[in-house]
Amino acid sequence: MMATRTRSPLSQEMIVAAIAALLFMAFFLTQPVFRTTDNLLSLLQNVSILGILGLGMALSIIGRGIDLSIVTVMAMSSAWVLQLANSGLPLGLALLAGLLLSIAVGLVNGALIAFLEVPAIFATLAVATLNYGVVRTALLDDNLVYLKAEVPGWFHAIGGGALFGIPNPVLLFALVCLLLHLFLRYDIAGRFLYAMGENPAAARITGIANRPLTLLQYAICSVIGFGAGMILASTIGSVETRIARSTMVYDVILVAVIGGIGLSGGKGGVRNVIIGTALIGVLLNGMTILNTPYTVQNIIKSVILMLAIVADSILNPRDEQTSQQGDI
Amino acid sequence: MRKLLTTVLAGFLTAAPALAEKPDDGLVFESAAALKGKTVAYLPIAMGFDLTEAWVTGLKKDAETWGYELTIRDPNWSVDAGAQAFAQLIQEQPDVIVVHPPEIQAYARLIQQAERAGIAVVVVSLKASTNADYFIGPDWYDMAVAQTKSVIEMCGKSKGGSGKIAVMQGVLTNPTSQYGIQAIEATVAESGGDIEIVSNQAADWDASKAHAIATTVLQANPDLCGYVGMWDNMDVGIAAAIREAGKQDTVKLVSSGGGNRDSACANIENGNFATYISYDAAAQARDLMMVVRSVLQNPPEEPGAHPVALYTPLRSIDKATMHSGSCWSLDTLQAYGP
Repeated sequence: MMATRTRSPLSQEMIVAAIAALLFMAFFLTQPVFRTTDNLLSLLQNVSILGILGLGMALSIIGRGIDLSIVTVMAMSSAWVLQLANSGLPLGLALLAGLLLSIAVGLVNGALIAFLEVPAIFATLAVATLNYGVVRTALLDDNLVYLKAEVPGWFHAIGGGALFGIPNPVLLFALVCLLLHLFLRYDIAGRFLYAMGENPAAARITGIANRPLTLLQYAICSVIGFGAGMILASTIGSVETRIARSTMVYDVILVAVIGGIGLSGGKGGVRNVIIGTALIGVLLNGMTILNTPYTVQNIIKSVILMLAIVADSILNPRDEQTSQQGDI
Repeated sequence: MRKLLTTVLAGFLTAAPALAEKPDDGLVFESAAALKGKTVAYLPIAMGFDLTEAWVTGLKKDAETWGYELTIRDPNWSVDAGAQAFAQLIQEQPDVIVVHPPEIQAYARLIQQAERAGIAVVVVSLKASTNADYFIGPDWYDMAVAQTKSVIEMCGKSKGGSGKIAVMQGVLTNPTSQYGIQAIEATVAESGGDIEIVSNQAADWDASKAHAIATTVLQANPDLCGYVGMWDNMDVGIAAAIREAGKQDTVKLVSSGGGNRDSACANIENGNFATYISYDAAAQARDLMMVVRSVLQNPPEEPGAHPVALYTPLRSIDKATMHSGSCWSLDTLQAYGP
């Protein structure tokens, strides 16, 4: 049941880790501001939402799928929670409603993929648009929802607080990492997910219930998206649903894939997402400290990401043995 | 006598319906007739946020009152979808197209096309590179000058501040950023070293991106004194970063926007923003309503030939100058009109 990996001296994961470490050292040695503890914590805080979404994305990709609706779920369900709270509903109930909404979206994704056998990329794309449209027109008054209701202090602490000096979003990212790691590594469903991602037909023949597993997979993805949304909402005190229509989902896929989670499924784990997130985090933080102009930042970011991919395809060339059917 | 009475009574009776009728002052019927049955198209960046919802309130009221048809196209932040909708509108030949362009260049050619097709074009808030018949909106350069002067007042070395400020731009191709950053740099240069920009980044109008960047900038510049943002909806992200860093008393955030109560006055009250330059979108809604009336009554002979600029008067709001009329709320605007 172990996921088969292409054993080469340098995997993509290691290449990206090396690039991240190199960049880290470069900034560390040249920028005194960079090496302060506070800055390193804010570096982590700034990518923790991206990292959490990346974990959800990784889960969907490992099971040989992809969840393009994760950012929409994040934005729309958290916006609804704020709106419900504004309208006077107790915060606990509002949160529960948002959670149920996100689970429902996940189950629709799962059902389309598992029972109607729609390819994940199309199913989740359609559901993303549907989720945005339905929630925006039927449940929300505005594109931008401010939290106006008086809510208990713990809510603001989710995204804005800190424990032992570590910002809560970082701790929550660590918690999701741990939970997902335990799920993928030690839970039967998690192990089965790798089997399904590696070879769905074989998994089915051995008796794994692929369909319920797919439902579970996308429901978890959505719940992770919802969690990320609540962290974001409690940090800023508002949700801009426009983010649902942004290109953020590509960044999320990138974080998962750049760290070495193969798009063909069945490969990778939490560690890959952490490495991908670290690379993006170091890059963004360092370039902001250097006050690199926005357009130049985009160029540098894409060149470094391209380098990582090119290095991987030179060091680990695809051949008939390593490439799989379903690989994008 | 009796005959006279009858005549008077009869005269009164026949005159009675005429009394209930509105007198013609020489303009009232003519102008109403000019509005009736016309078509007005409204193409904002997106519906569903304070500015675009506010602007349309006057048009909605007028469409109802005067019997013109109002078409709203919502491209939902997509430049492509907006351009398509614009091209489609040109085909449909409305009398006026009211457009809120997402970028300086995006609709430049489409505005010309519409003008060639004989359609009057009104540009709202974000100035396009091509002139239309009317522009209603802030002079973004002056706006950023006002913001920078306000931050110099609070943070200049001569005023006892550290003289270090940071700037958060929105979308770089947008006039707010394009003209705004030139104004900020020029005003800073004019200050003769009293103030310097230590960070100049862009966050795509996204509060969460602004939050992430501001967190790092605050770490990198512990003696930062001021932050200049370019839109309230994005700047709340900077405010959150300042609050988390515990620097609400030391870092002054100067923001700008349409003066919606939730985004503007509420943030002045709770200390998120030190100063807010408002272009009063409720007043702009009224301007727009009147400009559309004017264009429908007196359509330009050659659309685009004589562009008229209606730059919105700017209003600076801080704790000291804020009063009950400083901001507006969308609910009341929608209920009672601009």
